[in-house]
Amino acid sequence: MTITINGKPVWVADGTSVAAAMMMAGEFSRRSVHGEPRAPFCGMGICMECCATVNGVAHRRTCQLDCEPDMEVVTG
Amino acid sequence: MSASFDLVVVGAGPGGMAAATIAAEAGLRVCLLDSGARPGGQIWRGLLVETASKHPHGKGFLDWTSRLQRTGCTVWQGWEVVDRPALNLLRLEHEGEGRDVEFGSLILATGARERFLPFPGWTLPGVMGAGGLQALVKGGLDPKGMRVVMAGSGPLLLAAAAGLVSAGARIAGIYEQAPLARLVGFGLTLLGQPAKLAESVRYRMKTLSATYRTGAWVMRAEGQGRVERVTLTDGCKQWTLACNWLACGFHLVPNLELPRLLGCRISDGTVAVDELQQSSVPGVACVGELTGIGGLDKALLEGQIAGWAAAGCFAKALVLAPQRLRMNRFVQRLDRAFALRPALRVLSGADTVVCRCEDVTHAELEGCTSWREAKLHTRCGMGPCQGRVCGSAAEFLYGWESTSARPPVYPAMVSTLGTEVASHQDAQP
Repeated sequence: MTITINGKPVWVADGTSVAAAMMMAGEFSRRSVHGEPRAPFCGMGICMECCATVNGVAHRRTCQLDCEPDMEVVTG
Repeated sequence: MSASFDLVVVGAGPGGMAAATIAAEAGLRVCLLDSGARPGGQIWRGLLVETASKHPHGKGFLDWTSRLQRTGCTVWQGWEVVDRPALNLLRLEHEGEGRDVEFGSLILATGARERFLPFPGWTLPGVMGAGGLQALVKGGLDPKGMRVVMAGSGPLLLAAAAGLVSAGARIAGIYEQAPLARLVGFGLTLLGQPAKLAESVRYRMKTLSATYRTGAWVMRAEGQGRVERVTLTDGCKQWTLACNWLACGFHLVPNLELPRLLGCRISDGTVAVDELQQSSVPGVACVGELTGIGGLDKALLEGQIAGWAAAGCFAKALVLAPQRLRMNRFVQRLDRAFALRPALRVLSGADTVVCRCEDVTHAELEGCTSWREAKLHTRCGMGPCQGRVCGSAAEFLYGWESTSARPPVYPAMVSTLGTEVASHQDAQP
């Protein structure tokens, strides 16, 4: 299936988490309070570092979320 | 919206699946709820019914999955517990939608997370937990050709490395902080548990191309915008390795937020339970990693005990008591073998971030004397992870205990939290 990350189309296999898709696309997920880039860290839904905007909803924990066709992910 | 069940089980890892299955088979109306996209928790994460048979843990997953499905137990995936608005009620949220679920009794199987410790560079993209990287790979991240340094502590380190090798990663080295003598002692005790010993040997065989070094730990990670190299030490020498990813976790800590919110007595960092897995709060049982880090077999066993107990079949639960005792001894041996060395307390520099959510540095925290003071003065632990990462670190680094749990135990929408409990609304004129 194809999703878009920051407007770029990205092909992912079924069952891929949004966090994994972001990492493979070379995108970090968010900026910290002091502006540092942050990327997925705990991989299991507790650290919130992988939070991004998915289909217009902010702060989604992308490591706990599977990709769906045409999903729009905006990071950072 | 609200629903009502005889038993609600929180967490659909092995412990929760076993508990829900046994109780539903015994005739209870059971709801199993879980925050992930699919059942399986962490150890069975990413396993699919179609392909699981090839996986080392696949058989257990398939057996319990099919058994659970046959019971007709209600399973809600993607739901997070955020509050307990009334005595027998949990408030849940899923994609911004709130829901209450009423329970007769409750079994908590919320599992464990990795303990993370701060060191210079640990916030760089490409630095992850060891189990964290494994979970991301189970979620489809392709590690082919990536050069990975594994560092930290605990059996998960080697298991995660083995999984990464199978998926095509190049492991640049595995660095366990525990000293060799303690690990050898632990290994000898495994002679009485050949299955566990065989599993460790299998993981090591899989990772033979990589150095496995005990008594060594990470000092710092560096790179331009992402991790490019890692410096390690054995306390005397230091050396630097190039890498694409650093996977670093220091054994596991139970996810105690929900048991704490419900008032369960915590002792030595785990929920205190009796031989039927019952906590100090009537009607609330806890199983698996919550009662001590022991892994898959312990979770399955305790899940079954709690399931039988919930259904009132106490004799069936007590038959499993001798096995339960053996598992608890294993937990203690594991804790001792992988106890953290004091040198790990002094990895942070003054400007090393300790609280990743709020960017609170080690220097800012040095003036504080308690977790509460740190929260009030620096916002440490006040960000969206609610101290799940820095709380466990601060406990080890500064000896601060974070004992309180206040709702919401997970970030939630105001609309979810503000909704009145349905029965209250009914009662009002």
